[in-house]
This record gives sequence, C-alpha cells and structure tokens, in this order.
Amino acid sequence: MNNAFSRGIRHGIPIALGYLSVSFTFGMKAVGDGMTPLQALLISATNLTSAGQFAGLPLMTGGASLMEMALTQLVINLRYALMSLSLGQRLDGTMNTLSRLLFSFANTDEIFAVASSQPEKVGRSYLFGLILTPYFGWTVGTLLGAVAGTLLPEFFRSALGIAIYGMFLAIILPPAKREKPVRLVVLLAVALSLCLRYIPLFSGVSSGFAVILCAVTASATGALLHPVKEAHAP
Amino acid sequence: MSAETFYPYLLVMAGVTYLIRMLPLTVFRREIRSPFLRSFLYYVPYAVLGAMTVPDIFYATGNLWTALAGLAVAVALAWKEKSLLTVAVFACAAVAAAQLALSLLG
Repeated sequence: MNNAFSRGIRHGIPIALGYLSVSFTFGMKAVGDGMTPLQALLISATNLTSAGQFAGLPLMTGGASLMEMALTQLVINLRYALMSLSLGQRLDGTMNTLSRLLFSFANTDEIFAVASSQPEKVGRSYLFGLILTPYFGWTVGTLLGAVAGTLLPEFFRSALGIAIYGMFLAIILPPAKREKPVRLVVLLAVALSLCLRYIPLFSGVSSGFAVILCAVTASATGALLHPVKEAHAP
Repeated sequence: MSAETFYPYLLVMAGVTYLIRMLPLTVFRREIRSPFLRSFLYYVPYAVLGAMTVPDIFYATGNLWTALAGLAVAVALAWKEKSLLTVAVFACAAVAAAQLALSLLG
C-alpha cells in the first residue's frame, strides 16, 4: 500500500462516518416507502448522492414518468458538473481517461471537498483511497437502515448527523482565516444560501439548484474582485 | 416495488447522475487559461461548502440547540486547524453531550 493511497483512506474515514448516518436514514425511508432492502441498496450503490436519492424515492413510488425522473436528477445534481469542472483542473498525470471514468462516479460533495482542499494536485492512488471507505459507508449504511432501521437508537443517529458539516467547516475555516478573499466568498455564499432558504419568494428553488446559484454568484464575485495569483490558482 | 417498474427508474437516476459528474471530468481535459475562470474555479469549493453547510447544519440533528452545540465546537476546532476527523468526531460528541444535557433537564 503506497503513501498516497493510505493517506486517501485516512481522509475518507470522516466522510464514511457521516455517510453511515445519512444512508442509514435513506435505507429506512426507502423500505418504509415500499422498496425491498435490495432495491434500496442498488439505488445507493449506483447513485451515491444523498439529495438525488431522497428526491427520487417519491417519484418512484408516485409513478412519475422517466422524463420527470431525469429532469429532477439533472436539476438537483447539476452542481456536480461544477465540482467536476473545478476538480478536473487539479488532477495530475496519473488520472488517465479510465481513471477519470471510474472516479467520476464517486465525485460526491464530500469527496470533492476533501480532494479540492489538498495543497498539491491529486492523483489516482490518493483519489481511489479516498473514495473506498465512503463507498462502503454509503452502501452498508443503506443496507443496515433498510433491514434494521429501528435498531440504531435515535440518539446516535442524530449525533452522527452533524459529522459531515463538521468536516465541511474543517475544510473551509482554515483558508478563510488566512485568505481574506476566501472569507469573502464563503460569507457571500452563506448569506445567499440563507436568503434562498428563508425568503418566501425563493421557496420554489430546489436545494441542489440553490447550491449552484450561491456557488456561481459568490465565486464569480470573488474572481472579479480578487483574481487569484497564477501560482495559487487550481 | 416490482422489478419492471424499478429498474427503468434506477437506470435513469444512475445514468443522469453519472453523466453529470463524468462529462466535465473527461471532456474538458485541457487546462483553463483565463485568469477569471481559474479564479472562479479556485473559489468554487469554498462557496459550495459554505452554501451547503448553512443553513442545513441547523437541521442536521433534529434539534436546533444540539445542532448549535455541535456547530460551536466544530467552528472552534476548525478555526484552530484541527484535522477533519478530529473536528467531525468532536462535533458529534458535542451533539451527544447536548442531547444528554437536554434530556436530563427534561
């Protein structure tokens, strides 16, 4: 096992921890909505996206058209295109076409977040190490939730619910503390996110699309006001 | 849910999600030169994470007060540049402690 791979695995553990609780809830809900445990597991194993999966359940049980399903997933998950575009600029030469095709499948919010926060460009060993435990966390959690939803006490589930956000904060706060432009971008994105959530006018905006609006506006403002020095850019 | 209904849905869901993630990573291979776009993409992760954390973190535990306890501990440790795992674990512990405290207070 080389260094980059084991470093990836280490960085993936907090993600896996957070995924366990979210996917556990998904498994419980899927079975409650009429899926078999195997179907719940298949959805998680092939999609690996929380918001998209939760949004897909009522469409399936409500008998929505396949076109509706495709459009819903497109709107909710379009943010991943932005993330893939951003991360694509930070991959090193070991990420050939096959590796990119495989890794794309697992470019979740959290994987993207951790991979982007690495100081150097990232390569195949690190990235495949990084996605390993979260993938198991997501699928195993789903299966556990589906077959034994009531066994894990609410106490532990709600405590685990914050793990992913703790990780996000650990990623954004150190650079926000050091670099004023990053601080500005984060604060702007947070302010926009609050507006989109609580101003009734915007209540029709889906959560996935809200992330795109906030991210594009805040990042474009940052790029206009504080263009990044060459050595610093992705 | 019957297999005939389930598998077409599964295929569409997984297919659309995969294409969204895969196309930008495989099609746009060249390095972006525009200083504006490079800066934009540099800021994207921070903006995405900021928008995803707030306000969702307030609802992450099912109780605003325990969530705030977790948030406070996470912010304090993240500000001190502790590792991701440390911040995540202590945030969970803070939520657990707050839940205990709340249940003791009745």
